[in-house]
Amino acid sequence: MIRRLVRFVDQRSGGAPFVRKALRYVFPDHWSFLLGEVALYCFILLVATGVYLTLFFEDSRSQTVYHGSYKPLQGETMSRAYESVLHLSLDVKAGLLMRQTHHWAANVFLAAILLHVLRVFFTGAFRKPRDLTYVIGLAMLFTAFLEGYLGYSMVDDLLSGMGLAIGYSVALSLPVIGANLGLLLWGGPFPGSPSFIPRIYIAHVLIFPLLIIALLTLHLVLVASRHHTQFRESPKTTEKQVVGIPAFPGQAPRSLGLMFAVFAVLFLLGGLVQINPIWLWGPYHVGEATNGAQPDWYLGWLIGALRLVPGFDLTVGGYTLVPNPFWGGALFPVVILFVLALWPWAERRVTGDDAFHNLLERPRDNAWRTSLGAAFLTWIFLVFMSGSADRVTVWLGLDYSAQIWAYRVLIWLVPLLVFFAVRRACRELLAWEQIRSD
Amino acid sequence: MKRLLPILVLLVAATPARAATPQEGVVANVTQGKSLYAANCSRCHGSRGQGLRDQGPSLKDAGALAADFYVRTGYMPLDNPHSQPWRTRVLFTEQEIRSLVAYVATIGHGPAIPSPQWQTASVAAGRQLFADHCAGCHQIAIAGGVLPGARIPPLNQPTPRQIAEAVRVGPYLMPKFSTKAITPTQLNDLVAYVQYAKRPDDRGGWAIGHLGPWPEGMVTWLLAASILVATCLLIGRRLKA
Ligand code: HEC
Ligand code: HEC
Repeated sequence: MIRRLVRFVDQRSGGAPFVRKALRYVFPDHWSFLLGEVALYCFILLVATGVYLTLFFEDSRSQTVYHGSYKPLQGETMSRAYESVLHLSLDVKAGLLMRQTHHWAANVFLAAILLHVLRVFFTGAFRKPRDLTYVIGLAMLFTAFLEGYLGYSMVDDLLSGMGLAIGYSVALSLPVIGANLGLLLWGGPFPGSPSFIPRIYIAHVLIFPLLIIALLTLHLVLVASRHHTQFRESPKTTEKQVVGIPAFPGQAPRSLGLMFAVFAVLFLLGGLVQINPIWLWGPYHVGEATNGAQPDWYLGWLIGALRLVPGFDLTVGGYTLVPNPFWGGALFPVVILFVLALWPWAERRVTGDDAFHNLLERPRDNAWRTSLGAAFLTWIFLVFMSGSADRVTVWLGLDYSAQIWAYRVLIWLVPLLVFFAVRRACRELLAWEQIRSD
Repeated sequence: MKRLLPILVLLVAATPARAATPQEGVVANVTQGKSLYAANCSRCHGSRGQGLRDQGPSLKDAGALAADFYVRTGYMPLDNPHSQPWRTRVLFTEQEIRSLVAYVATIGHGPAIPSPQWQTASVAAGRQLFADHCAGCHQIAIAGGVLPGARIPPLNQPTPRQIAEAVRVGPYLMPKFSTKAITPTQLNDLVAYVQYAKRPDDRGGWAIGHLGPWPEGMVTWLLAASILVATCLLIGRRLKA
């Protein structure tokens, strides 16, 4: 029966050779290669839950007076967008489960991409011929940042509004084009025209997902065609061999298991742990604010940067050339993106190593890259940490402005220390191995 | 409103009576209050409550309202006149508090202790007022936070009466709201909202503090990401040294 079905499909598609090849594709079996898959499965779940949410979301900013089931918001004016999410969360069957799972999936998606990028970076997997794959991956990471921000903003609750206000001020701060860009994107001065929500809605559910899917496809095609990298398992492994387990029956069940694990964790979180309780935040009205508002974690580094940059504007004769939010909100992420994206080329130029590389290095094998990378990461991480200085004040009572000043110094000092410590650690590890093998 | 009542009644029942709520049958004694004042307060507020420069403000217009608030919250007596008053254990007995408050009330012509009628007030109206006037400091779900120069307390602890008093007193950096800015009816609504927000009608599981993205990020990394990395470690292979 199955045999006949397969033959039927094969005779009409001629796909057998391709499938045979795919099934025999050899996967490296080191655990760290699975991190990218975690991100992939998060994305699949994001699309699936997202589709459910679109059935109920209304992309409209027209105002309405609430008379729904949630008592403490009775009689409050709110946008239809916010009202629809309230309804989805409180009255629609499985609505809140889907919404919370979607939001958790977004948070974990970004975490998984980040871990995956770290693996790729610290093992030198980005080297030729995979530099393009790596850059596409970075493009996906930054698209995902924006995609997450749009989702957070669409709901039009108090946190959305405050996040958009910051986004607007960053857009305005761009030199020369800022004012016009802000007006163009928002369709008018903040909070923007009625068409603003439909605009970010279509970006969130269509344009950015398509962009991610396109980049993802390209990414995976490139991975498969250049084949995976692998670790040097024994002194005999060369750049030319491929060692690992076949797609089937080796990798496929593992991968499927991982997929179910990802789905399980995300649905469990969605069902058991509250995320973004918008009924408590309430709708956004211009001028309202709540203490301690934060973006989702993956944009925490930007809030940190906005807070760390001392308060000054670049002015020329009473005319503000570069308003303050530019440094933390626009320049900082752009610098990070460029440093990361240009790294493969920079490294090639500095080391003069222009060869193809299919074998990975362990972090210790390349002390320079590892220590520089660790220092760079520490720099970003400290900026990220400074974004939650207010929470530290609440819990530990440490003075807020003292913390900010401490961070302004530490973000330069600590990476320096990390650089030397990590470089030393790499060299010691290698030396130790040398001694042991002798 | 009718349909809200059962919720409110439940809330009242669920809020345990605190030690700081006045008890019947305890009588204030101004003479006792005066000596308590001399022992605990005069070094900062002056022997007659006239205030001392750099130590403590005049208590002429404080009245029973401010005295009741500052003493029952444990804000007073302060250790250091330059530090922010903060909630601590109250060292006086109910009898002593009443006497102290009664004495401070005799210093000038300050307002009396309010008794908010919040049980029948509107939580929804209070929510809007809170979003407009208080959330910027106290966080919309009353979780507190910081402001340059001050820590903002969460509002889980203050009793209805203390909430009403705080709004009129404006302790430390908090603004003082006159009866024009917030009418007595509105104050009742506000109190109703804060009482509600202590135990809100909530959904979605473990609330992780109603703080939003901050704890959510923690759960993302410490729970979800750790579990998934552990899963990868379990099903993937590790390098042999
Ligand atoms: C500018 C910021 C600010 C605003 C606005 C503000 N508060 Fe406060 N509030 C504070 C600070 C700071 C304290 C702590 C005072 C102290 O430590 O002496 C406080 C204390 C309180 C307390 C006592 C809490 C305790 O347990 O010690 C209550 C109750 C309170 N506020 C209610 C309100 C209400 C209701 C509103 C809105 C009408 C409001 N606050 C608006 C800053 C603010
Ligand atoms: C270490 C000095 C110090 C001591 C001791 C002290 N106070 Fe105070 N008190 C202050 C300061 C400073 C303020 C202003 C605090 C603020 O802005 O919230 C204040 C504010 C007050 C106020 C509010 C005044 C107003 O009109 O807003 C009252 C009431 C008060 N104190 C009562 C007392 C009582 C009663 C005692 C004794 C049990 C006492 N204080 C002990 C320093 C002190």
